[in-house]
Amino acid sequence: MKPLDPRLLRRARAARAFLVASVVIGVASGALIVVQAVLLARGIAGVVLHGADVTGVVWALAAVVAGRAALLWLQEVVAQRAAAAVKSTLRRQVLEHALKLGPVWLSGERSSALTTLLTKGLDDLDPYFARYLPQLVLAATVPAGVVGWMATGDLIAAGTVLVTLPLIPIFMALIGWATQAHSRRRQRALGVLAHHFTDVVTGLPTLKLFGRAKAQEDAVRRVTDRHRVASMSSLRVAFLSSFALELLASISVALVAVGVGLRLINGHLGLETALMVLILAPEAYLPLRQVGMQFHASADGVAASEEVFRVLETPLPERGARIDVPDLRTNTLQLYDVTVRYPGRAEPALEGFDLEVRPGEVVALTGASGAGKSTVLSVLLGFVAPERGVVVVGGSAADEFEPTEWRRQFAWVPQRPGLRMGTVADNVRLGRPAASDDEVRLALLAAGASELELDKAVGERGQLLSGGQQRRVALARALVTDAPVLLLDEPTAGLDAEAEAAVVAGLRATGRTVLMVAHRPALIAAADRAVVVGSRELVSV
Amino acid sequence: MRGMKGWELVRPEGRVWWRLVLALVAGVAASGSAVALLATSAWLITTAAAQPPVLILLVPIVAVRAFGVGRGVFRYVERLAGHDAAYRVLGETRARITGRLERIAPGGLSGRRQGDLLARLVLDVDAVLDLWLRVLLPVAVAAVTAFATVVLLVLLLPTAGVAVAVAVLIACTIVPWLTAWTAARAERRIAGERGEVAAAATETLLTAGDIVAFNAVDDVMAAFSAHDDRLAAAERRSAWSAGLGGALLVLCVGGASIAGLVLGSTANITGAVFAVLVLTPLALADVLGGIPAAAQLVIRVRAALGRVQELVDAPEPVREPAMPVALPQGRGLEVKQLRVGYGEDDVLAGLSLDMPAGSRVVITGASGSGKSTLASVLLRFLEPRSGEVLLGGVDLASLEGDQVRSVVGLLTQESHVFDTTIRENLLLAKPGASDLRLWRALYLARLGVFVEGLPDGLDTMVGEHGARLSGGERQRLAFARLLLADRDVLVLDEPTEHLDEETGRALLADLFAAAGKRTVVLLTHRPDLVPAHARRQTMNLT
Repeated sequence: MKPLDPRLLRRARAARAFLVASVVIGVASGALIVVQAVLLARGIAGVVLHGADVTGVVWALAAVVAGRAALLWLQEVVAQRAAAAVKSTLRRQVLEHALKLGPVWLSGERSSALTTLLTKGLDDLDPYFARYLPQLVLAATVPAGVVGWMATGDLIAAGTVLVTLPLIPIFMALIGWATQAHSRRRQRALGVLAHHFTDVVTGLPTLKLFGRAKAQEDAVRRVTDRHRVASMSSLRVAFLSSFALELLASISVALVAVGVGLRLINGHLGLETALMVLILAPEAYLPLRQVGMQFHASADGVAASEEVFRVLETPLPERGARIDVPDLRTNTLQLYDVTVRYPGRAEPALEGFDLEVRPGEVVALTGASGAGKSTVLSVLLGFVAPERGVVVVGGSAADEFEPTEWRRQFAWVPQRPGLRMGTVADNVRLGRPAASDDEVRLALLAAGASELELDKAVGERGQLLSGGQQRRVALARALVTDAPVLLLDEPTAGLDAEAEAAVVAGLRATGRTVLMVAHRPALIAAADRAVVVGSRELVSV
Repeated sequence: MRGMKGWELVRPEGRVWWRLVLALVAGVAASGSAVALLATSAWLITTAAAQPPVLILLVPIVAVRAFGVGRGVFRYVERLAGHDAAYRVLGETRARITGRLERIAPGGLSGRRQGDLLARLVLDVDAVLDLWLRVLLPVAVAAVTAFATVVLLVLLLPTAGVAVAVAVLIACTIVPWLTAWTAARAERRIAGERGEVAAAATETLLTAGDIVAFNAVDDVMAAFSAHDDRLAAAERRSAWSAGLGGALLVLCVGGASIAGLVLGSTANITGAVFAVLVLTPLALADVLGGIPAAAQLVIRVRAALGRVQELVDAPEPVREPAMPVALPQGRGLEVKQLRVGYGEDDVLAGLSLDMPAGSRVVITGASGSGKSTLASVLLRFLEPRSGEVLLGGVDLASLEGDQVRSVVGLLTQESHVFDTTIRENLLLAKPGASDLRLWRALYLARLGVFVEGLPDGLDTMVGEHGARLSGGERQRLAFARLLLADRDVLVLDEPTEHLDEETGRALLADLFAAAGKRTVVLLTHRPDLVPAHARRQTMNLT
């Protein structure tokens, strides 16, 4: 883990401005710390040595303290505002890039991980900006200023600090390196514990079904205890790092104090200088100690930003820029030897698939579950690039064309349509934003959903509609486009035979080319021809 | 803290208190060493300025070095003792919650997203660690150390001591209050906008395919950016009050030091004592510095533990009979005038149903019509409000839950598969069953060929929530487990919900085939997937 990720500065302009502001505030804070030490030393020495009046010093000190408080507040304000801006920038970039990477890249666990990252994960950047980064700046500015000023008064004390200060990061790195295995083991032990508890708690209803729930309270206690012992033994080693840090810092201050005291006795040093050195010595170590502490507090935020960059640095598939896509109303769509393999899978999802769809044809894709029927549609929509083989239209390969232009040729009804918050009409208009109310109504009618009011709210994830209604809205959404080819994934699932027949008739009436995944005999029979996808024998499921 | 919601759950046991006290003492010793280091150094230096014989400085010199070493050593002891105690409390809390939930789940946890609810609970419980390690211990250490420092200064010069006491009092009361108040206010302002952005992001990712396919990326991003702008604006507005607590703390410490300078300069004290009065408050900055952070954290901790308490405080959904009767011989189920529900609403009212032993019953209804509620009643996870359910002529209410569940088994849409081997998942249903019986159950559930094809066979790990299995395989494993448990009545609650149509149809056909002479009650909103021969007795809930 790097102390400061340059990618953060590159991606988010607000982060750069923030860093500049933090340096300015940090330098000012360092200066005020030095001034405060000088004033305190002068005040004490004046009183002790010749009973001087402290009024002037007191007013100056009050101003310095007020200044330090104001800088602290300002730092926090700047940090929070920068965090807000950076989070907003990253959220948009990640979301847009994820959409461009497409639904296949997003499928499964990745989608829920990304949702967590965008909602909660990025908020972990707050402590990173509010605490860690300012502290890092202070650690870079304050010790230098403090030691420099100490050197003007007492070279030996400044030398002591200068020698011990670099030891802190060195020791921390050495010990951190030596205890890495231990802390990994501890993390693992804690992870196992939390996981066991989650598994038991979420599985309680199941355990109860089989009469085995009552024993779980003791089981949790037993497992927890076993892992606590293991994790404490590695904590003993892991805490050595902060132990060394504290010890070095406070022993160094003690060394400086004793050395200064002894030189005072010999008359080599004045009281005012000695006090100034004493006040400044701990300030030299403080920022470094706190960086160490804040580093852990902001680890989640750093992990979140690394996750962000992992997404942003995933390259988009290379696609051409041609916009002269041949019209599929007049051109035949051809697939030759198309093979698709999803990342992390040994078996191809689709292997050596050939298909030819002529304009106006209604073609049913059939085959066992998992044979790759939906994958054929994904290839045509450009969600996934074939590992081998090619999609050809009018003598050109599909990947020569600019993807949004290419997709204008197709309208899609997925197996599980994703409806968005809003009205039925809003959702239908995703297909064609400019569609008039009448056009929307017409599309709903053709999809067999004339009973749905245009302004009916669909709810979150379409929950206010039944499963069948959701499909028909998705169908209307495809019909309202003027795309020449309809790609339908089990368009009539959840519909009774009568509704199914009406939908099929409606599809025919549009005169468009249709490529549909179909299971039911009635739907397959309604197609001009059926193509079997995949012939692998599936043993179970 | 005793008044805090959730305290009963996180209360340490007797033995753990001693470890907490040890951590507190070590923490005070560590922080005290830091204060004493500066105080002794100030005394040493000011005394040395008068150039006395070195001998009288020997004790303070040794003391300064001792305090320098002490701070590191005591801090190490504090952290070890504190973590040990906190982990013990966490373990005990987890065990207590498991015990409570055992009586409540699943009938007492109404609502549909039970899995999310429980996963959330697990995260919330971890707040116990924060409560002890980041709130209670550091605040106690800071308060005790600051108090001891005040006492020392009062002994040196009462007026200056009182001035420091005031500063400490403000740092321990107004500073945390101000920090918590500004944080809570910011949270209130932001929470709504944050929820909107989260909902928009979630929806966008869930509908990514639809958005891309219809070339709507730009439109959707524009809408999302509008939400996002409002959130960022709210966050920027609340930034102004963020650092107030920390700034006030700086004023307190600086003010105490200035008070020492003003009051000490005219008092009748030695120069060394004067230096101690002025410089000691500076060391308090480090001691009290953790208080704002603790105050901010306490809001989150309280909210988390409050949620946990609320969950485990749910009333127990079933009263176990004081004197349970013997399990009847008959296996027929009869539902008479059943009324049942959650909160104020009845989910089912006046339902009657006869399920003789060995019958097949299909109960249909849209989601929310009470299918899962009926399943809960049949399993005695939930008590009827009125009416009764008879098993072999005996009212379920006069039987213990475990007795009922030794006869009635359940397969749900999200059967929990534990993160262990296939073998362990099966043995759960029948501890000590032979491999032969396990394989028999797997083959009956049509999963035998699949498991035999796995390199590790029965010893294959299935992953978290069975993630290494497909949806269909997971359901079949759960079904094999149910067959192994050999219950006479099988309640199947939407077993095909998360499967594609074809897989669901195949699973249902196999379920009915493998059920044999058992009674089968199937609850579903997709009757079209049910094999025709099983559809003779159907009933619709509305």
